[in-house]
Amino acid sequence: MNILFALSMAGYIGSSLGYQGYIVLQKRLIYRVSSLVLLLGFLCHTGVMGLQIAQSGHLPVQNLQETLSTFGWAVVAVFLLLQIRFHLMVLGALVAPLATLAVIIASILPRPQVQLAPFLSSLWRTVHIGTLVLGLAALAIACLVGILYLIQEGAIKEKKRGFFFRRLPSLTLLDSVGYASLIVGFPLLTFGIISGVIYAQMVHGRLWSWTPREVFAAITWLVYAALVHERLAVGWRGRRAAMMTIVGFVILVFTFFLFFLG
Amino acid sequence: MVEKRQIVAMGLNHKTAPVEVRERLAFSGEDTAEVLDTMSGHPLVEEMALFSTCNRVEFLLASQSPEKAVEAVKDFLATFKSTPRSVFEDSLYIHIGDDAVRHVFRVAASLDSMVVGEAQILGQIKDSYREACKHGTCGVVLNRLMHRSFSVAKRIRTETSIGDHAVSISYAAVELGRKIFGQLDQKAVLLIGAGEMAELAVEHLVNNRARPIFVANRTFERGVELAEKFRGTPIRFEEILDFLKQVDIVISSTGAPHYVLVRDDFNGLMRARKNRPLFFIDIAVPRDIDPEINRISNVYVYDIDDLKNAIQENIEERRQEAVRGERIVDEAVYQFRKWFQGLDVVPTIVGLREKAEAIRRRELKKTFGSLHTLSEEDRAAIDRLTAALVNKLLHDPTVFLKASGHRDEKALYLDITRRLFNLDQSTENNTRPSPDSPEDE
Repeated sequence: MNILFALSMAGYIGSSLGYQGYIVLQKRLIYRVSSLVLLLGFLCHTGVMGLQIAQSGHLPVQNLQETLSTFGWAVVAVFLLLQIRFHLMVLGALVAPLATLAVIIASILPRPQVQLAPFLSSLWRTVHIGTLVLGLAALAIACLVGILYLIQEGAIKEKKRGFFFRRLPSLTLLDSVGYASLIVGFPLLTFGIISGVIYAQMVHGRLWSWTPREVFAAITWLVYAALVHERLAVGWRGRRAAMMTIVGFVILVFTFFLFFLG
Repeated sequence: MVEKRQIVAMGLNHKTAPVEVRERLAFSGEDTAEVLDTMSGHPLVEEMALFSTCNRVEFLLASQSPEKAVEAVKDFLATFKSTPRSVFEDSLYIHIGDDAVRHVFRVAASLDSMVVGEAQILGQIKDSYREACKHGTCGVVLNRLMHRSFSVAKRIRTETSIGDHAVSISYAAVELGRKIFGQLDQKAVLLIGAGEMAELAVEHLVNNRARPIFVANRTFERGVELAEKFRGTPIRFEEILDFLKQVDIVISSTGAPHYVLVRDDFNGLMRARKNRPLFFIDIAVPRDIDPEINRISNVYVYDIDDLKNAIQENIEERRQEAVRGERIVDEAVYQFRKWFQGLDVVPTIVGLREKAEAIRRRELKKTFGSLHTLSEEDRAAIDRLTAALVNKLLHDPTVFLKASGHRDEKALYLDITRRLFNLDQSTENNTRPSPDSPEDE
């Protein structure tokens, strides 16, 4: 398993470098090779997760270390799925490093012994954190796409064409990908929070206690809910939507660590 | 022995000659055929190709006495075009040898064009080469030179981004539109006013499948005319604000002394558009679109200067890429020189002998290495035997190559010999397709 994990890490690092190279040199071959390397890394990572599930009987989301690694896996999974539909080639240059970072931190963190919770609450915990991690991955990509959007929008608005203007795709494409990631991520986030409430009821006997982390969870959800609503109802898009996606993700990450460390 | 032929490139282009001179010397397709027929029998000109566009007239010759051939062509030009030599003589450039080769490569790769990197020129050169072949005026040297120039041009196009970026206003508008909308198909366009540049921009957008097209003009009749041209819909000038709700790209080019659209016109507009992006191309001077409008989110306003700046950057980019192109040309000229120098009797015979001798030595070494029982004398005998074999085998080809045959045949035989025995192996990549085989288009 350690070898598989090392291989997937190598795949992520390799594709990260490859995608940067693609941005600079603009050679399709580099892109193809990088994508292949990323896919191989992803398959190894999937293998690691499969082994973990076989060993422990539940999704590897029981502690920060496992969850980060699963987050890395989910980011790549969402990215690969998006690529089928959108072919947003430059996105890899941000996604692969993010996955790499998550996996590296996970590998550095100590591996605490999992104390086995009662089966039912463990199941809810798995569902709760599992959906949240997937949602987090989708919203992370929405955030990265938002960053790309702001860069490209700035170039067109300020009429300063340069390195990125040529290399980044059209505003419409960036906006669509951001929207798609948001539409995938938001229901997952919602379901994750609801399952968390149920889990809290089972463990603490209370649905909601006004702890800071729960307040932040609520704020995060409200930010994204507002964004989704505006997009659907009045066709909000562009710069403001991109900025809100980024802000939302920052709060989301903060809340995430609040839960694990707080 | 016959003198070796030299390559000559002479002509004039947009840099050396004003349009009055160029148009007097330009050759139509029929002219070209006539010129090639007339010159093909000329005693001073062994091979020839003629290339004429609106920006240049180029004569490409292979001749054993280049200076005389140049004079002959000048005389011919003066008679054929009934233009005194003094009119064009100062505008002519004459390149001989390596310079001529370099010139041809640069022209084909569009490094010498008015708009560096434009793509048409290669096709035009291919056409004129085909024409020359049809009239049988291309021989070994020009064949090789032309095919080389095609592959150099192709290489520069793929290895540098010399042809990548838009360098005209209307292309720049399309390029920007693509960066905003991605695909331009099904994007509605509104043309306000009229004018050559604006209409050209609309045409480019239509070519990229943008539609429907709306045309607004102060004189409705003029609008109807223009709309017919683009198969669009004429609208009244007062309706512009309504149509802003549905169009994606607005090209404005009116003679109005003040802004046609101001920021206040946009109150509530973007909400009605559901924030879909709106792209203004303002070609008018004085401007039609209030630059303040650029501040509204999802609205982008480019005026004529913005577009010019965009082009300027692209031109600069091309210029940098051209430097890389020149390096590729240098390399190709060097390779061509090697081939061309080899296309002489002495180096070919020397090359042939060296190759045979190298093979003989290698094989001897191999044989002696495995036969240890041979005495010194045996070895000497075998050595003599192989040397004699090589000499006898090469005797007839050597005599044949040295014999002064017809000069045209001579170059051909030399070329065949070199290829038959693969004498240019060391200087050129073997895996490349033979440069004398027809290029794929």
